[in-house]
Amino acid sequence: MSTFESRKKQRELNEKLIKFALIAAATISILTTLGILFSILFEAIEFFKLRSFWYFITGTEWSPGVVGSKFGAVPIFAGTFVITIIALAVAIPVGLGSAIYMSEYATPTVRDYLKPILEVLAGIPTVVYGFFAAITVAPMIVNAAESIGLEATFNSALASGIVMGIMIIPVISSLSDDVIRSVPDSQRKAAFGLGMTHGETIRNIVLPSAMPGIISASLLGLSKALGETMIVVMAAGLRPNLSWNPLEDMTTVTVTIVNSLVGDFEFSSPETLSAFALGLVLFVVTLVLNMISLSLIRKFKEKYKVNTL
Amino acid sequence: MIKRKKNKKQENNPFYDPALKARHASASRFKKFTLSSLIFSVAFLAFFLFDIIGKGMPAFQITYIKLDVTYNEKTIDDSRFAVEKKYRTIVSRAWLRDLPKLVKSKPELMNTTQSTWVLADDQVDQYLKGHHYNMKDKEIKLVDELNTQGLIESRFNSIFFTNGDSKIPEYAGLNSAMIGSVLTLLITMLVAFPIGVMTAIYLEEFADDNRFTRFIEVNINNLAAIPSILFGLLGLAIFINLFGLPRSSPVVGGLTLALMTLPIIIVSSRAALRAVPDSIRQAGYGLGLNKIQVTKDHVLPLAFPGVLTGSIIGLAQAMGETAPLIIIGMIAFIPDAPGSVMDAATVMPAQLFTWAGMPERMYIEKTAAGIMVLLTVLISLNAIAIYLRKKFEVKW
Repeated sequence: MSTFESRKKQRELNEKLIKFALIAAATISILTTLGILFSILFEAIEFFKLRSFWYFITGTEWSPGVVGSKFGAVPIFAGTFVITIIALAVAIPVGLGSAIYMSEYATPTVRDYLKPILEVLAGIPTVVYGFFAAITVAPMIVNAAESIGLEATFNSALASGIVMGIMIIPVISSLSDDVIRSVPDSQRKAAFGLGMTHGETIRNIVLPSAMPGIISASLLGLSKALGETMIVVMAAGLRPNLSWNPLEDMTTVTVTIVNSLVGDFEFSSPETLSAFALGLVLFVVTLVLNMISLSLIRKFKEKYKVNTL
Repeated sequence: MIKRKKNKKQENNPFYDPALKARHASASRFKKFTLSSLIFSVAFLAFFLFDIIGKGMPAFQITYIKLDVTYNEKTIDDSRFAVEKKYRTIVSRAWLRDLPKLVKSKPELMNTTQSTWVLADDQVDQYLKGHHYNMKDKEIKLVDELNTQGLIESRFNSIFFTNGDSKIPEYAGLNSAMIGSVLTLLITMLVAFPIGVMTAIYLEEFADDNRFTRFIEVNINNLAAIPSILFGLLGLAIFINLFGLPRSSPVVGGLTLALMTLPIIIVSSRAALRAVPDSIRQAGYGLGLNKIQVTKDHVLPLAFPGVLTGSIIGLAQAMGETAPLIIIGMIAFIPDAPGSVMDAATVMPAQLFTWAGMPERMYIEKTAAGIMVLLTVLISLNAIAIYLRKKFEVKW
């Protein structure tokens, strides 16, 4: 064998090895997803061996750690729902409004200054938001409620909801901004040509075109709100509370997961395993939301032939 | 109701729309709404920073009292006797506890009485800063007296940076959490950076457009949006229960955070690789290089600034993450800095979480100060990333 041939062989072998290593690295991300799914699923199944699945989904009493403990998660889902709704009620109008201003009205210079500010908002750790919600916002809400004759607790759903909403603003604004900017300019020019005002153009032409992207951004925000942990652990209550009053304390799925796992219960007890059952619900719901969000944005990309999103 | 003036000029104008004024008004209202929502975000950020700095700044100062301290056998045995009885409650218990250590390092102090600046109790500190305090009237009188004599001084709080966590508020510091953060993030980057970049190279340069590739892509996008707390459940079930790695250790925390940081690194590295024009690759092939040589020697170096930027942003995000670390037990009480990645440790955001839940007022101040430190580091990291991007950005 000539040296040339042996070197070629060596090189081909190297090439194969490197390619194999690259594929192995790429499969890690799949293994991670599977790891999350199975680690949650197996422990959740253990939980459902001990307690009824049906009561978990429909029961209204959550009382771990006592004799005859009950695991009905409806009050926990309800609390999560209320806080999420408050968060989205803050985040969607403000996020979308900011995105419209930045993409339609702001001059490039103003944009260059404003965009980093929203990015700072996105870079603040959630534990910091949680501290702010618990120490600053919650007392403000108690005082405000008192001044109009209402009673609020210091761990009201409103405080954590509002701060969570602010945390989600950049999620919604940055994606919406990209989507609105990728609506072709020809559409705007056509609308101006027909005599529409700028406001009418945005509301009747640009926003309907960008709607799939905006919905996708909102769903992403929703999934972020459902999975947010630190803000609610620090500022929301621990008590499962089936109520619609945002001034009361209520708990969420993530808070209950944290509390079941940092408690002193044995790992195989239903108290600890219930965290995995709740984790499974959270995983499935956020996965579905993410899937819908991704497919909407993919459709938008295909329609307007943009690759930058 | 909008009053419409009809003059002759408008009546003759065939394009005149009587609703025009209202339409313009509505357009301007819409613009104001969008602007106000942006102003809301900016105003919130300003209020937030103002609030945190206002709460955190006092923690960088701490109170010392000048007292006569007696160093002898008896006081080393029970250091409470080192100061006069009436001062005992206003002096830091932790400072007294460390007295024997001080004498050991400075033997010449033995059997002397020195006028020394002694760390004050946290309640004295809070009282002098005008915060909520819990002191007896006698103690308040004593402190006021010392203050008028100029025997009380506020100094830069170096304890905050040199000490670990403590149950005694004036002695608690961020040091062990900082070291824990460094060790954890070291593991995170050692794992996430190579795997992330390799995945990006595979997907951009080598993979065929087939089902497997598309599955990986969808999967990465999903992974980026999975709630962080679920990564904590993964860490607990797999790294701790299955692999038997020690609970609360930087190695488990680092691995968990690495899996969370992966999608960020992959997405940004792919964008950087995609930005390298095809002409570079074709020129390489034209010279007889194979795919690996082209990627390794030409494409990757050109894409590297982008890869680095994305990795720094991922690092900053991992640094502020708390929820998964709580699940794997990194909120334990850690007074001493961890010596290795297998020791129990805590990280900065987890330390802030622990302090925020403490009843003493001084911990609130310390939490806010810790937030200032954390945000400074995070904003610097992001600024470095932006600077690198601007400096090495190549316009093809």
